Amino acid sequence: MAPERVAVTPAAAELLVKLRGMHGDLMFHQSGGCCDGSSPMCYPIGDFITSEADVHLGDLQITDDFTVPVWISRTQYAVWAHTHLTIDVVPGRGAGFSVEAPEGVRFLIRSRVFRPEEQAELDR
Amino acid sequence: MTVYAAPGTTGAIAEYRSRYDHWIGGEYVAPASGQYFENPSPVTGATFTEVARGNAEDIERALDAAHQAAPAWGRTSVTERALILNRIADRMEANLEKIAVAETWENGKPVRETLAADIPLAIDHFRYFAGCIRAQEGSISEIDNDTVAYHFHEPLGVVGQIIPWNFPILMAVWKIAPALAAGNAIVLKPAEQTPASILFLMDIIGDLLPPGVLNIVNGFGVEAGKPLASSPRIRKIAFTGETTTGRLIMQYASQNIIPVTLELGGKSPNIFFEDIAQTNDDFYDKTLEGFTMFALNQGEVCTCPSRALIQASIYDQFIGDALARTEAVKQGNPLDTETMIGAQASNDQLEKILSYIEIGKDEGAKVLTGGTRADLGGDLSGGYYVTPTVFEGNNGMRIFQEEIFGPVLSVTTFDDFDDAMKIANDTLYGLGAGVWSRDGGVAYRAGRTIQAGRVWTNTYHQYPAAAAFGGYKGSGVGRENHKMMLDHYQQTKNLLVSYAPTKLGFF
Repeated sequence: MAPERVAVTPAAAELLVKLRGMHGDLMFHQSGGCCDGSSPMCYPIGDFITSEADVHLGDLQITDDFTVPVWISRTQYAVWAHTHLTIDVVPGRGAGFSVEAPEGVRFLIRSRVFRPEEQAELDR
Repeated sequence: MTVYAAPGTTGAIAEYRSRYDHWIGGEYVAPASGQYFENPSPVTGATFTEVARGNAEDIERALDAAHQAAPAWGRTSVTERALILNRIADRMEANLEKIAVAETWENGKPVRETLAADIPLAIDHFRYFAGCIRAQEGSISEIDNDTVAYHFHEPLGVVGQIIPWNFPILMAVWKIAPALAAGNAIVLKPAEQTPASILFLMDIIGDLLPPGVLNIVNGFGVEAGKPLASSPRIRKIAFTGETTTGRLIMQYASQNIIPVTLELGGKSPNIFFEDIAQTNDDFYDKTLEGFTMFALNQGEVCTCPSRALIQASIYDQFIGDALARTEAVKQGNPLDTETMIGAQASNDQLEKILSYIEIGKDEGAKVLTGGTRADLGGDLSGGYYVTPTVFEGNNGMRIFQEEIFGPVLSVTTFDDFDDAMKIANDTLYGLGAGVWSRDGGVAYRAGRTIQAGRVWTNTYHQYPAAAAFGGYKGSGVGRENHKMMLDHYQQTKNLLVSYAPTKLGFF
């Protein structure tokens, strides 16, 4: 099995369960660019339209019946593909329409470079 | 040197209210939900005021006020509208120091920048668009002897504007001034991180505009920004921010068939050709300042020159001098006029920058200076400070490809002109760029080859009105800061008139 590209911290998973209760099923789209760029944006499923312009990085399995798909634009994926992403959460106040902001917290991406053996698997 | 007293302490020249409602219809209106959110200063991390937490109901109320005001405002003569914009500028100028201190307290940027750049530029922006609208003319096309096409400019009506937090007042004014000049009414949503300084400004200038022409609703993006951006009651939406929200706003706009202008950031190359180091003169000194410009506004600028490309033949000398200049940047209390770099605007911004410093190290980039959070002691310990950081690496690394929005510079070398252009254009974005050369031909060809909307040539980070600002590629749609901006806020009305005495002849 290919190594996973994206993971979630326990704190972020716990928050996602809470947000699901408020907004229904959720998805992430990884942002880029100015201001709050580089933040993973969390939306109710269906609010943000993904397309051929995007890559599906994976699904976060939060509970047995709750998965959260994670997307990134294809162009941004091209420059991020060598890194593994973990969605974490920190105190703060983000801009944008991501659903966690009113809770006084912000999802945050932590990254690490894939190990050579992982990269070899991914490249196969 | 001066150290301004913090708002809320003895001797402060700027005082925030303890609470801000929405500004709707020319007065403060309490939020429909009755809820407020805390607004901390990044200087200390401590809350200094609370701000109305807007929702769809508040947006509707603001849209009601705007729709009520728009027809009369749109009919106001350009003479009158220009006069009002000039009065706003004069009032701001008379209160410049106070506004500068207030913005520094909310955003964390050094007061020497708000005093010398942010607020003077905002003042000039109102004056520039007052002049533009007075000078704007429609056009006539003479179709034939008896048929004339007249083109008139008409306002769009009610427009929505969503403002970023990095220049809370200047970025608001970049959008407000042209929209008002063109005769539109506005519903504006400031950023969650900086909701109060624009209301501080409204306390100073609010009485100069007819009620309902400019309405300000604060709140969180999902609760207030989304109902504004997706409203069928706006005729245009303007946004500055990041790419995912930019796309979402375009999706909403497509559902309402309205135009969008977007400014979504960049990863701007700053290119230093070898001839700069020929002589150790004022010009060379200027290039070192150009290099260090990545630290301006703590790096929280869409056009931060966050990639320095240095010709390999001068690398050792130039980087040595440039690091010395970087290390001379004085970090401290943003309210001290000697301070050159202040606080990042929010805690999550600080966390993001630190996470990028980690990924830079993990990718194998070398830290040449900085690379840590700074603890400035005392009250400032709770603030969000990062030491100016310079990495050496290559353009394939994440720190060369993503806008970190912090005082973090990624440096690499190039061999010749073509190599420099290849690296400069190897990016998803195209907002700003810098070119430094004593050879006008080299600088000109580089400027024309780089795929970016603004190429500073032998300068950087100047933002005068009348110089168009906007992006190529993923950096957005439209331009700001120029009279062409009026087109982004106007309809074209064509009257096609026949003066012929006889019929066309079809029927």
